[in-house]
Amino acid sequence: MRYLLRRLMLLPVPLIFVIGFVFVVLRLTGDPVAIYLGLDATPEQEAVLRADLHLDEPVPVQFGYFLLDLVRGDFGTSIQFKRRAMEVVRERLGSTLQLLALGLLVAVVLGVLGGVASAVWKDRVPDFVISVLAVAGQSMPSFWLGILLIQLFALELQWLPTSGKGGWEHMVLPVITLATFLVPNFILVMRVSVLEVAREQFVVTARARGAGPARALWLHILPNAINPVVSLIGLQLGRLMGGAVVTESIFAWPGVGRLMVSAIFQRDVPIVVAAVFIVALTIVLANLVVDLVQAAIDPRIRLR
Amino acid sequence: MKWFGPRLKIQIGVVLVVGMCLTAIFAPLLAPHDPYLQNLMLRLKPPVWDDRGSWTYPLGTDNLGRDLLSRLVYGSRLSIVVGLLAMMVALTFGTTLGLVAGYGGGRVEQVIMRFADGYQAIPEILLAIVVVAVFGGSVTVLILVLGFAGWESYTRVAFNLTRSLRERPFVEAAVASGAGDRYVMWRHILPQMSPVLTVIATLQVGQLVLQETALSFLGLGLPPPTATWGNILAEGRDRLLVAPWIANLAGIAIVLLVLGINLLGNGLRETLDPRRVDRR
Repeated sequence: MRYLLRRLMLLPVPLIFVIGFVFVVLRLTGDPVAIYLGLDATPEQEAVLRADLHLDEPVPVQFGYFLLDLVRGDFGTSIQFKRRAMEVVRERLGSTLQLLALGLLVAVVLGVLGGVASAVWKDRVPDFVISVLAVAGQSMPSFWLGILLIQLFALELQWLPTSGKGGWEHMVLPVITLATFLVPNFILVMRVSVLEVAREQFVVTARARGAGPARALWLHILPNAINPVVSLIGLQLGRLMGGAVVTESIFAWPGVGRLMVSAIFQRDVPIVVAAVFIVALTIVLANLVVDLVQAAIDPRIRLR
Repeated sequence: MKWFGPRLKIQIGVVLVVGMCLTAIFAPLLAPHDPYLQNLMLRLKPPVWDDRGSWTYPLGTDNLGRDLLSRLVYGSRLSIVVGLLAMMVALTFGTTLGLVAGYGGGRVEQVIMRFADGYQAIPEILLAIVVVAVFGGSVTVLILVLGFAGWESYTRVAFNLTRSLRERPFVEAAVASGAGDRYVMWRHILPQMSPVLTVIATLQVGQLVLQETALSFLGLGLPPPTATWGNILAEGRDRLLVAPWIANLAGIAIVLLVLGINLLGNGLRETLDPRRVDRR
């Protein structure tokens, strides 16, 4: 409970950064009046819109109005969709979270298993193969991997669809692409963590009291070695989002990442700002969840 | 698997990286054709190992009849320049902040380290997308945005190392003999951290190259017709059925460079950072 309170107290710091970042983005994207009205607007029309958007006020006052809009979830009207930007982004958020959750799940499972196998057979063939695969995975651009998978499974073998969203078969290739992007880091961290915990006194004690190697691994080493992987999830969320933007673009997955890229090409500022804010907020909250999960599974963090 | 040790990794890495750098430097001499010369009569010619290929265009041509080999050779330039310079921006900025925070302590430390924590809340890709959207894709913008997206890891490492190094006798001796703060920081503490920073910096260049090519691929890098690996791959994606070699050869080029950098970085880590080697 005390940990929860202390952790919640830290929440404002990243939130202030995210809000400040979004405001700066909004100011940097140039004069919204020109984008909304086009080039042949009269000065009177411009003045009316400017007053409407509070752009004639000093910057601190503008920031006040901006905070008010944030609280109300009002990011203005999308130029492409002629609807409220927040609505458009919220509709796409589900698809992105689905992709992220599945990709992360696959990556963590494969990463933990790979890391454990690599540590158990340290310096032998499985370790070597897994390490080589991990380095290769780290060197692989995820957009090319996605394109290779499309060529093989969609165009050549015709087992799976190339893109779009539908049943489970539409998820396979995007999830593999996103997971491959993350797995190498999880493998490397898990491997080091298992090797480190395996040398701790309590493992030696457990073995001395008659626990077999399997029992020592599953009951004594793993519960204590999993924590760096959990904190890596938190550190990787930003990268994960980057992977999602690329993955969604390759597979025409109707999520926030693809929406953001197309909004940039359309100069649709309300959508960009709303998407950036929602994604950053999601990452801040996900980090909070990661920290709480870590505290729940490791009393050492809770009681510090 | 002793034979695949740091030595071999560094050797393979150096060969790949040096090879790519030489290609980038001597691109005008190596490229058989002008990478921007279009010839619609020679569109989508397959590479030489295909029956319809010829040695005039060893890797074939793209949708506008431009020589693919020449475009790939020139494409190496942007990735290498952006990767290296962005790394230097991040390294300089991040290390300086970490060094100052660790050496200064107190309020300076609080301000800098909270700044680094808060900054981490902004995902790199959002920063990159937004800045490129506002300022357009140019070499300078790419270097700055990727550099200022990835400095926090240096700050954290430099901060932790400085704090422990500050207590070491050789630093105390330097302070006692009258060395100023700045002298101690740059001449005594910084050199002690350089092996660790070298490893992080090397591995970061690989990640930066991947990020740069990804931005190019999304259309957020240098605009076409500029020959960048990301652009070539994006163009090839639209012709997967008729000309898969365009996307795949660009992908191979990226992998060769990044793999070389990663092998070099991993080899250096195992050589320079005895703590890590001990764990393996």
